[in-house]
Amino acid sequence: MTTPPGAASAPVTFTGAQLLEVTRLQRLYPDKRGALLPVLHMAQETFGYISLPVEEYVAGLFDLSPAQVHEVVTFYTLYFQQPKGRHVVAICHNLSCTLAGAKDILARAREKLGIEPGETTHDGRVTLQSVECLCACEAAPMAQVDDRYELNLTPEKVDRILEGLA
Amino acid sequence: MAESVLMRNFPRPNSHTLPVYREAGGYGAWEKARTMEPAAITEEVKKANLRGLGGAGFPTGMKWSFIPKAHTGPVYLVVNADEGEPGTFKDRYLLERDPHALIEGMLIAARAIRCTLGFIYIRGEYVQPWRVFSAAVREAYGAGLLGAGFDIVVHRGAGAYICGEETGLLSSLEGKKGWPKIKPPFPAIKGAFGQPTIVNNVETLCCVPPIIERGAEWFAGLGTKTQGGTRMYSVSGRVKKPAVYETSVSITLRQLIELAGGVSGPGRLKAVVPGGGSAPILTADEIDVTMDVDGLKNAGSMIGSAGVMVMDESVSIPEALLVLARFYAHESCGQCTPCRESTGWIYKMVHRLVEGHGRKDDLDTILDVAKRGAGTTICAFYDGAVGPYISYIEKFRSEFEALCRS
Repeated sequence: MTTPPGAASAPVTFTGAQLLEVTRLQRLYPDKRGALLPVLHMAQETFGYISLPVEEYVAGLFDLSPAQVHEVVTFYTLYFQQPKGRHVVAICHNLSCTLAGAKDILARAREKLGIEPGETTHDGRVTLQSVECLCACEAAPMAQVDDRYELNLTPEKVDRILEGLA
Repeated sequence: MAESVLMRNFPRPNSHTLPVYREAGGYGAWEKARTMEPAAITEEVKKANLRGLGGAGFPTGMKWSFIPKAHTGPVYLVVNADEGEPGTFKDRYLLERDPHALIEGMLIAARAIRCTLGFIYIRGEYVQPWRVFSAAVREAYGAGLLGAGFDIVVHRGAGAYICGEETGLLSSLEGKKGWPKIKPPFPAIKGAFGQPTIVNNVETLCCVPPIIERGAEWFAGLGTKTQGGTRMYSVSGRVKKPAVYETSVSITLRQLIELAGGVSGPGRLKAVVPGGGSAPILTADEIDVTMDVDGLKNAGSMIGSAGVMVMDESVSIPEALLVLARFYAHESCGQCTPCRESTGWIYKMVHRLVEGHGRKDDLDTILDVAKRGAGTTICAFYDGAVGPYISYIEKFRSEFEALCRS
């Protein structure tokens, strides 16, 4: 796998502007800890994923122990503890999507990418996930591709979407 | 079909923007509410028979009135936009297509409970709704609607179904893992950051401006005796026209399925989940129920978030239960032993049944475990899992037995 931006060797520090943003976020809440989830989102965007050194760094910004940050990071599905691909393809496998053929959609993505859910392609291009309800059941089967929802999927549409990811 | 109240602005181009919302009469209710005493606003919402539309169906005005009168410190309003109940997608539409209706509802609710700071907790996966709502908040600040006695903080979640449970949501808002808290104290007494807090669903708050503008009597008259208004039903699964439909809460499930074009596929109905994944399943013979809080309760199910999932005869009920059992096993937060252990083991047992390796005893074991655990946990998550476990097996037992080894 290629080394993602911000992997272990890079120093874990926010820029001055980012630190100002951290302070601004912390002041929005009656207790600055309220800003922990937003700051972890920022950290993931900046460093690629939430490594143990990133947890330690963020803990320092909140006067928390690394363990307190770790238990938060590991609780939520959107924080990655390992490097992720440049794109994340999350295919919904809950009830309405299953009723609309989600199994075939996931099978097509696995075949096309040559990986299982939870894995990343060797070139670091795509991480595949099989996820719970994304609440777009009117357009099932569906998936989240990075920030966007891809609706009314067919195996052919999955091919086109995956081919379009650089 | 009742008149459109919550979705009234959806057909307008750029309905998410302030000028369009204003053109449609938006923020008129807020102008009126500003002249009302806080207690009078709460009274109006009580008389309107508005009930929470996120899942629990609690009377909204009564919830507001639980804020201690003698409290002198801060009071918070928190909007639950952590939509995640399987089969539900209505709040996504409101956030993307009428965000100002929610902001106006928040302004009015905040006045009723004497609150100066509100939070909205939007599920992390909802990136586009988060962007659209955040832009609307910026517009409202620019127009002086916000920042003059009431502020809104837009908060993004990070992926966890349990954060839709109101105390789990508050833990998450406080920067912790989303573990629900023991009640009492209820959030209205001790909620976010230890202060009295009202947590309301997106759709619930969007009902508030029309109530203030057109009156409690009008709103109450749209629904049933015990629940006023219309609501947005998310209809999906095996229907010809899956979509969100707004109708009076007095509609029956049969009528709602017809509204959604009727059953798709071979054509015959087998079962319906009437209120999101956690609602006990109804058979094809049980769909002449009204889709209000009490109608579904009397039918042994629940309206929950009004996520309706329709299954035709070709659907395997054991496979449907497997999908939900996997969901509950994955989403249990792990705090309470009965939930953490039972959801995991029941998933394994249903999986074994569906794979053809189950025993007939397994069905009674699942029912026994499910029934023993109900009501023994901190929050309602496990009770929500138990509904499907029991109802799917009891109502479609022969289908499960056919999969068992003799």
